[in-house]
Amino acid sequence: MTVTTRPAPATASKGSRFTGAAANYIDERTSMSGLVKELGRKIFPDHWSFMLGEVALYSFVAILLSGTFLTFFFDPTMTQVQYNGTFVPMKGLDMSAAYSSTLNISFDIRGGLLMRQVHHWAALLFVAAIGLHMLRIFFTGAFRKPRELNWVIGFVLFILAMAEGFTGYSLPDDLLSGNGLRIIDGMLKGLPVVGTWTSYLLFGGEFPGSVIVPRLFSLHILLLPAILVAALGIHLVLVVVNKHTQFAGPGRTNDNVVGDPILPVFAGKAGGFFFIVFGVIVLIASFFTINPIWNYGPYDPSPISAGTQPDWYIGFADGALRLVPPGLEFVLWGHTWSFNILIPMIVLGLFIVLVAIYPFIEAWITGDKREHHLADRPRNAPTRTAIGAAGVTFYAVLWAGAGSDLIATHFALSIEGVTHTLQALVFLGPIIAYLVTKRACLALQKKDREIALHGFESGRIVRLPGGEFIEVHEQLDDYEKWKLVSFSEYKPLMIRPDAQGRIGAGQRFRARLSRWFFEDRIAPVTSTDVERLRDHHYRRAISFRTR
Amino acid sequence: MAQDDEESVAATDSAVEVSTPQEFSPGTAVVASDAFANPGLPPRHERVTDLDPKKERTAARRVSGLFYLSIAGTIFAIIAYIIFPIEPGAANGDSVRRNTMFLGIGLSVALLGIGIGAVYWAKTLMSNEEVSENRHHTRGSDETRAAAVEIFKVSNEESGFGRRTLIRRTLIGALAVSPLPAVVMLRDLAPAADPVKLLSHTLWKEGTRLTRDPTGTPIKASDVTLGSVFHVIPEGLGESEDKLEEKAKAAVLLMRLKPEDLHEQEDRKDWSYQGIVAYSKICTHVGCPVALYEQQSHHLLCPCHQSQFDVTNHCEVIFGPAKRPLPQLPISVDAEGYLVAQSDFHEPVGPSFWERS
Amino acid sequence: MRNNTATKLRHGRSSNRRSPLATVALLTIGLMATGGAYALFTSTASAETSSASQATVQEGQKLFAANCATCHGISAQGTKEGPSLYGVGAASVDFQVGTGRMPLAMQGPQAEQKPPQFTQEQIDAIASYVASLAPGPAVPDEKYLQGNGNVAAGAELFRINCAMCHNVAAAGGALTEGKFAPGLTGVSAKHVYEAMITGPQSMPVFSDLNLTPQQKADIISALRYNQENASPGGFDLGSLGPVSEGLFIWIFGLGAIVGVTVWLSARAN
Repeated sequence: MTVTTRPAPATASKGSRFTGAAANYIDERTSMSGLVKELGRKIFPDHWSFMLGEVALYSFVAILLSGTFLTFFFDPTMTQVQYNGTFVPMKGLDMSAAYSSTLNISFDIRGGLLMRQVHHWAALLFVAAIGLHMLRIFFTGAFRKPRELNWVIGFVLFILAMAEGFTGYSLPDDLLSGNGLRIIDGMLKGLPVVGTWTSYLLFGGEFPGSVIVPRLFSLHILLLPAILVAALGIHLVLVVVNKHTQFAGPGRTNDNVVGDPILPVFAGKAGGFFFIVFGVIVLIASFFTINPIWNYGPYDPSPISAGTQPDWYIGFADGALRLVPPGLEFVLWGHTWSFNILIPMIVLGLFIVLVAIYPFIEAWITGDKREHHLADRPRNAPTRTAIGAAGVTFYAVLWAGAGSDLIATHFALSIEGVTHTLQALVFLGPIIAYLVTKRACLALQKKDREIALHGFESGRIVRLPGGEFIEVHEQLDDYEKWKLVSFSEYKPLMIRPDAQGRIGAGQRFRARLSRWFFEDRIAPVTSTDVERLRDHHYRRAISFRTR
Repeated sequence: MAQDDEESVAATDSAVEVSTPQEFSPGTAVVASDAFANPGLPPRHERVTDLDPKKERTAARRVSGLFYLSIAGTIFAIIAYIIFPIEPGAANGDSVRRNTMFLGIGLSVALLGIGIGAVYWAKTLMSNEEVSENRHHTRGSDETRAAAVEIFKVSNEESGFGRRTLIRRTLIGALAVSPLPAVVMLRDLAPAADPVKLLSHTLWKEGTRLTRDPTGTPIKASDVTLGSVFHVIPEGLGESEDKLEEKAKAAVLLMRLKPEDLHEQEDRKDWSYQGIVAYSKICTHVGCPVALYEQQSHHLLCPCHQSQFDVTNHCEVIFGPAKRPLPQLPISVDAEGYLVAQSDFHEPVGPSFWERS
Repeated sequence: MRNNTATKLRHGRSSNRRSPLATVALLTIGLMATGGAYALFTSTASAETSSASQATVQEGQKLFAANCATCHGISAQGTKEGPSLYGVGAASVDFQVGTGRMPLAMQGPQAEQKPPQFTQEQIDAIASYVASLAPGPAVPDEKYLQGNGNVAAGAELFRINCAMCHNVAAAGGALTEGKFAPGLTGVSAKHVYEAMITGPQSMPVFSDLNLTPQQKADIISALRYNQENASPGGFDLGSLGPVSEGLFIWIFGLGAIVGVTVWLSARAN
């Protein structure tokens, strides 16, 4: 359990004698034993969805390793050079040193293309894993006290990951990345008052200039990773401090954590998992092309390729730019107001802020100040789950918007039709998703309640002496039943006048939100329910408590 | 973290302890007094490897087999690096592909062998007994908090931070303004020239010949046949110092339509030449090249955000997020029959900006 | 709608101001200039067409009357259903019929490629008939279709002139109102060349005055290079860019890894 600091017994093998001596050496200089004692048997609960954050962490390690290799060969400057490398279709072309060195990495360095593909695939996986991890946290309510702050830090990590992704996407200075930067330039210029100058300063003059690649390179390999690693460190420390959440289950309470100890089982699984994630990334990278910069050619402001899109995690922003209604640009008070750029930015900004502060909103509505270490099953928080589904739908529609041209060509539709449909879906989709999800959650809860009260249908039909046929319901065992009944419900807030006998607007608003959240709800089965059923043959299929 | 009283308890019934009394408000949560009791951890599940020593030996062999496989993968990766080199010279795509693939296969086998082996080891051979550990409130204990408060109090007294208001206020003030130089120092990220002036002008001026992109050869009016489209750059762009910056503003599309198809405004009638029209190629939304010309419908489509422009109507927007029509370049022919610009664009090209109007 | 009427009005005003004869004169000059230029630059290739025997032309006329005249009119003068074919040239016929776009299977946003309905001999016959009606672009000379041009120059020309619709990897892309630019993989060099000189459907014309025959040959060489050299990075996922990459990592990358997490956290037997 802890590292032994006593001299090993004489019978010990040579190997363990060496381990003991080494441990002793280190501990005498670092008090490492304290750390091992503290953390070595910490418990980590076991559920597949708890591994998603690790996927992000491990992809990040893969990104760091492959990225370091790439920096050895990449030349982050925009000096114009003539390409004389081995790739025939670019021979003799003028291009930036950045693009030329990226071609060299791909065509002249052994393993260079592999590392480029590892880096890029790992980056896509990194952001995707963060996204899925956030969805898991959201839908299980794992952001509740005491983890609100860690949610915010995780959110910051998500933003940083997207920023890392975008700066990296722009570095090769090929046609695709150059046109991506062109869009950024156009968006910046659309900002009121500061837009023109922001773009001018960022690009060091007029677009495209000759400094944007080195500047983004500094951000990409220095500033952003530094902040990212720092935030990641805090994120992990807080995971240790708060301990991991667990799903409700027999023997699992809000006051304990049940699972595998870090040493050895969890270390074996998680350590092995790192190699698996890395291995899967390398496997994908060795078989599937990503960002074939050799097709795109060096950046030139005149050409463009059909299907010019950002990497997936920026897609929602590109989709918002595509789906904005026509004609939203005005000249007012002698200045140009580009609402065709501002509205997408404002909408996305609000969406992102809502995601970041959601834990505080929910905490305010419920007024619940207790610590929550049991993860909710999504169905047991119908309104939250429905809100999440609406948010996912909103994001997905914008995301689909970024691929509207490919949707049109692949499903033989017109691009105008696809755009109009998606424009409608931006509004309707979330509403439909909200309603459907909420009903589905309530229905599932009802079913749970039904099963907890009456057991499940065994499929065995029995004829009673009176001639009546019944299907035998079998009761769940205590362990199974506990999974269905161990959740807590909230009731809508009652408006109460304050000390002066007044009811403030805030209170009213909170009560309305609370009613919206908790008006429709299914109470967990209690022992009273079961007793009533047993004693009085009180038969009622379902109770919709409306207090 | 600093809770020394944590003990790992083997999972038995003792894991379920009575909840600590409520210290925090449950808000609107319903705290049911008649909730079910937690039945406690189910008994430990015995695996085949726990029951059957033969299965255990098989599992152990599999784990070490996977680690052997990983070693083989590593060796293969090194060999692949050497025996699948990138062939120097033309058309080496296939050798790059082989190098990438075989090196990658070696590395992934090496990584996956370790990974799957370790996980398999943990799952089948290490203890599968679930362990329970008690949680404690994240909040520090009252004593700890009191001690922390005491430290702040003492340091406040010793420093006089609360008492010496002038010192405190000036310090806060000094700290607040100290980052300002960092902001000011960003000024030289860009040259001194006013961006608005730069954005309002392009390389086009009276008499500049329209030339083909990328060759820079001039275009005769008679070269531009009906239904064709030319991607055009101004003459002399190749010699310009800021080639890309100028090209990003000056790129032009040249099209010939039947003159009767063009619905030209009265004051812009002489901006075209025998049905030949020239429009800026830079989208007025966010600046992608609007290069997709459909010669039958005479529509231009931007591939980035699908704005569509009608060439017959001075490139007015007919679909998509852009608002303004593409700026038109007035053209005519010079004495030798080459197409030339009559002037610069009459308005700034490309995406809108604050100072534009 | 409003725009249309407005512009029509403007147009009306303008023709009042200028003599209608001037328009006719300008048109004639323009057409002569274009036609003359065509004749000048395609003369090498059209020698072949003129040598086509009268018998072939007659054979072509029969095929035309039986298969094309319904839409294009009995003497190819055009009807409401199909455009006039005067001056479209043999290249246009060879492209449209040779790629199966004509005869049209059904009305749609655009004619789509399908298995050709005629043998190459029949196509040649129709082509020589249509070419005999009025001069137009001829079927290209073999020497431009060999794919031995300058790949680098061709790739750059392709990016500037073609990639915006056909995608840099020639995978195709969307146009307006359900139309699309097809992918170019597997399209023969001859048909690519013919498409450039005739500008089928939405595609603009790239006459020899815009892209010289040698430049067209370079573009064809670049396309061939792309087709013959598989992506060095492995499977190219349709060369559709970041969208297919994003879908791949979500479905297969993250999918595989979630599968691993399920295996990893499942209790062993």
